[in-house]
Amino acid sequence: MGLLEIKNLHANIGDKEILKGVNLTINPGEVHAIMGPNGSGKSTLSAVLTGNPTYTVTEGSVMFNGKNLLEMAPEDRAREGMFLSFQYPVEIPGVSMVNFIRTAVNEKRKYQGQPALSATEFLKMMRERKDLVELDNKLANRSVNEGFSGGEKKRNEIFQMAMLEPKLSILDETDSGLDIDALRIVAKGVNHLRNSENASIVITHYQRLLDYIVPDVVHVLYKGRIVKTEGRELVAELEEKGYDWIKREQGDL
Amino acid sequence: MSVEQSYIDIYNQMAGKVKAQSSAPLNALRDEAFKAFADRGFPTKKWEDFQRSDLRERYATDYGMNLTQFNINFNPYKTFKCDVQSIKSHLFFVVNDVFYCNDPKVADEIAALEQQGIVAGSLRQVAQTHPELVAKYYGKAAKWDVDTTVAFNTAFAQDGFFIYVPKQVQIDAPIQIINVMNADLDMMATSRNLVVVEEGAKLQLLVCGHAAKQFNYLCNRVTEVFVGNYGTLEMYKLEDTECCMTNIGSLFVEQQADSNVLINEITLKNGFTRNNINVELKGEHAELNLCGMAIGDGDKHIDNHTFVKHAVGHCKTNELYKYIMNDASVGSFDGKIMVDKDSQKTEAYQSNRNIVVTPTAKMYTKPHLEIYADDVKCSHGATVGQLDKEALFYMQSRGIPEAEARMLLMVAFANDVIENIRIEALRTRMRLLVERRFRGEVKACSSCPDLCM
Repeated sequence: MGLLEIKNLHANIGDKEILKGVNLTINPGEVHAIMGPNGSGKSTLSAVLTGNPTYTVTEGSVMFNGKNLLEMAPEDRAREGMFLSFQYPVEIPGVSMVNFIRTAVNEKRKYQGQPALSATEFLKMMRERKDLVELDNKLANRSVNEGFSGGEKKRNEIFQMAMLEPKLSILDETDSGLDIDALRIVAKGVNHLRNSENASIVITHYQRLLDYIVPDVVHVLYKGRIVKTEGRELVAELEEKGYDWIKREQGDL
Repeated sequence: MSVEQSYIDIYNQMAGKVKAQSSAPLNALRDEAFKAFADRGFPTKKWEDFQRSDLRERYATDYGMNLTQFNINFNPYKTFKCDVQSIKSHLFFVVNDVFYCNDPKVADEIAALEQQGIVAGSLRQVAQTHPELVAKYYGKAAKWDVDTTVAFNTAFAQDGFFIYVPKQVQIDAPIQIINVMNADLDMMATSRNLVVVEEGAKLQLLVCGHAAKQFNYLCNRVTEVFVGNYGTLEMYKLEDTECCMTNIGSLFVEQQADSNVLINEITLKNGFTRNNINVELKGEHAELNLCGMAIGDGDKHIDNHTFVKHAVGHCKTNELYKYIMNDASVGSFDGKIMVDKDSQKTEAYQSNRNIVVTPTAKMYTKPHLEIYADDVKCSHGATVGQLDKEALFYMQSRGIPEAEARMLLMVAFANDVIENIRIEALRTRMRLLVERRFRGEVKACSSCPDLCM
């Protein structure tokens, strides 16, 4: 059984249908890229999987780890091992990074029946994982994402991923707004965390992130459906030819 | 006038006895104040400054008045237990409306302060031992033209706390005054406080309000504060009472040139609260930092009314009030900064920000500036909103449960008021109390653990 099994998933925002029957299975150890033109539903898919209340699921099922994902509150999805690296990480003035991530880590441990980390254990873990994405020490004492640069925000997402050790990470346009050095750091972090037990979904427009995080499977999402699934060679083809040929195949051009 | 009539009768009957127990400085204003009260009665919602708080209604309950100043058999020093390592403070209690003197610790503290030249203790006693000192200030800042509960207080009050910090004296530790309501029947307390910080002197003052649970209480406390040239006063007011409590507090502050005053008023837990803060900046280059926070739940009522008068130029005011209203609680902020005609180069900023957590909670806000000078920097603003949904989802998506995420956001919202506390130990303590308050963990108060520092 797959780690994530999405069957015929339909979702709306208000009255507008965005996802129109998505089918996708992801197994442990795999990296899937989801590509597609603007407005095809890529970010909606990640929002629906993490339980964003803005969207309503109208049809279909999602099993995660053998459990019905759609019945779970967002926090339970996270504690079951779902993680979203936000395209636009949210600033939370007044809540310090340390307090935030310590609460998150300990809530997950509580959920799994483990004791809370001691202050020393937590700080040690934080130091190690922070170094992985070359995050400045000072950022830990600042409010969550407040006053962070674009690159710092994205590195902070990967840092949180490293702290929470998810089974499935969804990287939503993690490459947007990143310069080449930041991109390399982010990718290095993601690759370091990759193992045979976990999996990732990489949502992107461009090849450049996928040069660093090499996918096993590449999907094209178009008009709320996955219309093409191939190996990693599809990335180069899309980079060269754009999406018009896909649109044409779908009878839209 | 039926509500007022019973108090008018009481005054006519008891004024002689009250005066016989008090001394000249306090008695001098009683009849005039009583007349002002009898003429106009208690404030109702028809009065412009009381649109959200009907005080006459609050006085309609038949409370006992302790006019003979009968001492209640309750030693707060014995029941008061500290649950954190305390910072050093000079601790006093006002039980109902009597300054508590029956424990040997009180005399020790008064003596320790006397060594520094500071006169502190019971207003009633100091008015007897230092009548000229009290007469010089008593009733000079408190006005009752807007609020007749101040007139009521002046007519009936007999005791409260008194603090005098003479020229250039910097007190060695904060003074903490705990107002406790504790009586075996419904009780009204009318107390009066006087604080004088002379030229170049410094005082840190923490005033806590507290109540036992079983009975209905109303307290009307009027505090007058005088801060001389280059004087510094930090005043922290914390209310942590019960739903049975009606708390009417009026603070009048006069600031002279180059003085620096911080007032930080936190309503952590209450019943029905009306706070009036009036500050007059009377000397150039005076600075006022006025901030407050209120946390409402159930059907609690919190009304803060502030009035800051820039009577001269070159002064600065920073005002910030924040409310977090839950359930069906009602909050009101009515703040006015007045800049007089010749008060040039005034800087005055007022901000009121509120979160209404539930659809049934209410928040009224009325920020205003009245400026008659033409060379000033002033601003005011107010916001009423909900918790940030995106931030909530972001936290949930990291595994933080919704309730915890809400709590973190509310604590974060309150944080910049707490950051204004200049005593580090108190700041840490307050952060913890606020967090516990949001978690619903503020304990029942009979053993007083929440108030200690």
